[in-house]
This record gives sequence, structure tokens and C-alpha cells, in this order.
Amino acid sequence: MTVTIEQDATRTLTVPPEARRTPRPRGRRPLISYGHWWWALPAIVLVIGVHYAATLTGGFFAFTNWTGLGDWQFIGFDNFVRIFKDPTLLGSVWNTLFLAFGTVIVTNVIGLGFALAINRTLKTRYVLRTLLFLPVVLSPLAVAYIWKFIFQFNGPLNGFFVLIGLPDLQKVWLADPTWSIWAILVTVVWQQTGFVMVIYLAGLASVPVEIEEAAALDGANIWQRFRHVTVPAIRPSIAIATTLGIIQGLRIFDQIFALTGGGPAGATETLATQVYKQAFSLGQFGFGSALALVLTLIILVFAIIQQYATRDRDAVGRA
Amino acid sequence: MFRYTKLTALREVLIWVVTLIWLLPFYFLIVTAFKGDQEALTTSAVAPPKSLDFNAFIQVLTATGRNNIPLSILNSVIITAGAILGLVLFGSIAAYVITRRTRTWTNLTFYLVLIAIILPAQLGTVPLYIGARSVGLTGNAIGMILLWIGILLPLSVFLYASFFRGLTTEYEEAAVIDGASPTQAFFRVVLPLMAPATGTVAILAGLIVWNDFFNSLIFLGGSTTQTLPVAMYTYVGGLVSAWNKIFAVVIISMVPILLFYMFAQKKFIQGFAGGLKG
Repeated sequence: MTVTIEQDATRTLTVPPEARRTPRPRGRRPLISYGHWWWALPAIVLVIGVHYAATLTGGFFAFTNWTGLGDWQFIGFDNFVRIFKDPTLLGSVWNTLFLAFGTVIVTNVIGLGFALAINRTLKTRYVLRTLLFLPVVLSPLAVAYIWKFIFQFNGPLNGFFVLIGLPDLQKVWLADPTWSIWAILVTVVWQQTGFVMVIYLAGLASVPVEIEEAAALDGANIWQRFRHVTVPAIRPSIAIATTLGIIQGLRIFDQIFALTGGGPAGATETLATQVYKQAFSLGQFGFGSALALVLTLIILVFAIIQQYATRDRDAVGRA
Repeated sequence: MFRYTKLTALREVLIWVVTLIWLLPFYFLIVTAFKGDQEALTTSAVAPPKSLDFNAFIQVLTATGRNNIPLSILNSVIITAGAILGLVLFGSIAAYVITRRTRTWTNLTFYLVLIAIILPAQLGTVPLYIGARSVGLTGNAIGMILLWIGILLPLSVFLYASFFRGLTTEYEEAAVIDGASPTQAFFRVVLPLMAPATGTVAILAGLIVWNDFFNSLIFLGGSTTQTLPVAMYTYVGGLVSAWNKIFAVVIISMVPILLFYMFAQKKFIQGFAGGLKG
């Protein structure tokens, strides 16, 4: 150990003094060594292995009929033809998109509402922020079980309808093919709204009070101030909240598994639940990979849009 | 101009009412978990328990075999801690070299990491599972820790890199001139200065790993090394509307993360608002 230190010290001291003052040109050997190059090796190996190699292999599996054991054949686009001919699987594509866009729209409306409501002047705004953010940190599975209780037939939701004199609205929410996906939507929205709210609070912090005050003095009403002062300032937040939300929404899995398991009769199946069922329950690795490829392509499209929309990252302040 | 008026006070009260309604699910959770078996089935969800009944908790915590909740908590702690440790160590040293040494390969590596952040993980899951199974890394904590380090390293490297870019090189240069080796300069000088970055990485990664169900289900499902969400899933699956017990498991699964949240809620929220978008 000591030997290394001396070597380094000597090398540093032998550097001519005038070289020290000149800025280091890009690509040239630096005056001192900032770590060793091989420090990056574990990360490079793991990232290539877990992300690149695995994704490429998965993409290849998608064109085979491999079952995870024994022989397999290259079958071209057969898996994809099968996906788009099967009404349940096609339905799962629509459910995936419905849940992604549904959660984004609802969480953004409510989240922005919360953010605007607690943004300034309130004395307890930090307590409110902490409380409303709370569901975000909990496991989606745990949250799903709480809502499963609320949606059951003897549960609080149906009890509420009886209480307000509308007993006809009572339903077995999670076993009803029409309503079960809405129940999942509510569960996901409840969990994620706090996250969206925090993104908007960060954005709202960048709205200059002076401009808002000036607009108010000029006689702009609350809607005009929102429309012409607040919205332009929080545009980057809107981009981040919506695109992150869609990418997250496309992979919703835990809540569906805990609430309905994809039922009733496939009414709440999504691509994520189908990937799991086909690949890991039924052992159809090739077909499961094809479903994963469809999901990946959908996610990738939105991820690229997100990268594009959030390039102007510096415009957003921190919470 | 925007002063605290009577109207603001009214708004504050109104928002508190909305917030309390929003958090009503927690109320159901707590009151039901403390009811006895019969009481949980027959009384209204809104009704508080007649007397505090801890039986549900006792039964959940003493269940054996695949429903062993304390063991699954231990598994979750080991896996989460191992993943965080690996992500902090490998992520920080990699990001350090990538940002401080400006060579062609460091730039390429950084793009490799950036693209990996966008690359959706779904497609890789099947090959990773098959690969892990063939080398005996499924069903044990080491495989799971390695998997998580691999999955979250791009995020860790990216976060550290943006923090290193903002840190002047003068500290480590001074240390090296004073006779420290690059290793000493990094671990004694740079890394301690990076505490905020480490906090963000640890919170984001810790939360993702601790709450994960999908990967744990695939890579650990059916083994004795179950994490808490998987154990909760199998346990709840075996119960039929015994909501007091289900909610006891749910509460037990929430306690660690809630304690952590209360302790560091400001950091949590900042990590989310600032961290995810870099």
C-alpha cells in the first residue's frame, strides 16, 4: 500500500510546474489519475449482460417456439400472428393501453389539483405533502389488498352506496367484466397520484410569484392566471409526469395479480400479466418473449418520446 | 399579495377534509387488522374494533413453512441491503471513472448506460431467468442481489455521474498531491462528499427492490428464499376473506418502509422529484 502512495506522489511531483496551470486538454493523460480504468469494469459487464445481452436474446426467442427445455425451431412471425388473432391477447393489448392512459390522465388531473391546492400559503402544506405522498412508497401489492377489501361485495364501497340511498349501484366490482378494470385503475391512481403531485410541486416552485401577482393586479382571474402564467411555467413537469406515468402504466402487474389475477374471463389481462402466464406458468418461453417484445416496443416508443420531451431538464426545479 | 386570509384558512380546512377522505383506506386497514376473526367478518368496515385483538398479528407472525413471514422479512432485508451495497459501490466507482476520465471509451460507456435506462426490462426477463437457472442463481439471495445490481446499475451510474459532474476536482487533486493513492482519494475524500448521491441511490433502489413482486416471483417463487411481497402473495392466496389476517400481513409488510419514510420523508420526496429525472 505505502509503495503505491510513494509512486503516485513521485509522479505528481515530477510534473513540470507550468503544466499544472494549463487546463487539461480532452483525451490527454490527466495530471493525476482519477481512479483506475478497471473500476468501470463490473458495471460494464453487468449492464451488457443484464440489459443488452438479455434483451437481444429475448428478442431472438420471440421468433422461436422454445418451451425452455429441449429443442426449438425458428418460426418467424408465427407467434405475432397468434397474438393478433387471439381475442384475449388482443384484448390484453387494449387493456394495457387503457390502464396506461387512464392512470396518466386521472393521476395528472388529481395530482395537479393537489399540487395547486397545497402549493403556497397553507400553514400545513409540508404535512399534507408528506401524507399525500405516503401511498407512493408502499408496495403495490399491499395497496392492492387494501383496495380488494374496499371493492368486495360486503365492502366499504358498496356500503357507501347503501348509505347515500343508491343501493342499486352495488356490484361485485372485481368479478364484473365491465367494472373490474376500473377497480384496478382506481387502485393504481390512488397509489401514484402523490408522485405526480410532487413532480408538479417541483414545477410550481419555479413559477415566479411576482409575475403571478402582476397578473392578479392587472385583473386576471384565477383561471386566466392558471392558463397564462402557471401552465407555461410547468410545461416541463407536465411532460415528465405524463411520459413517466405512461411508461410505468404500461407495465402494471402487481395490482392486477393481487386484485383479479387477470379475470374475470380475461377482462383485466394485460401484456405484463400475459408475459408472466405464458412464459413462466405455461413454460412457453418463445411465445412469452413475443408478447414481451410487443410490450417492449410499445414502451420503447413512449420512452423515446419521454427522452425527447424531457431533454430540457434544467428548466425544472427541485422540490 | 398572497397573504393568509380567512379564505385561505377555509381552503386549508377543505383540503384537510379531502386528504383525510383520500387516506381512508389506511383507516380500514388499521381497524380491520385489530378485529377478531368473527368481528372482522360481521361488523362494518368503518366500525372500530370493540377491543384491540392482536391474534391476527400473532397468527401471521407464527405461521410456518412457506408462510413464514419473519423469514421472508429477513430475506427481503438481505436482498435489499446487498443490492444497495452493490449499487453504491459499483455505481459510484464506475460513474467516477466515466465522468473524470475523458476518453472515447468513457463516453461510449456513458451512452451504453443511458440507453440501458430507456431499454425496457420486460424482454430480458425470460433469458435472464433461463441463464440464472442454468447456473444455479435462481431461488437464492445471491442471484437476486446480482440481478438487482444489474437491473439498477444504469440508474445508479447515471445519478452518481450527474453528482460527480457538479463536484470540483480540487478535493481529490489536493488529496493525491498530499500523497493519497487514487483509491484512497476516492474512498476517503470523494465518496464521503457524495453522501446526497448515495442517499438518493439507496432510497430509490431500496424502495424498488423492497417493494418488488414481479422479479421476486419469477426468480425466487417456490423457494424458501422468498421476499416479503411473494410471501404475502402466497399467504393471502391461502386465506379466504380473513381480512383481519390479510391486513395484519399487509401492515407488517408496511412497517419497515413506513418507519424509514417517517425518518427520511423529505429525502424520499426529493429523491423522487429530482432523482428520477436526474
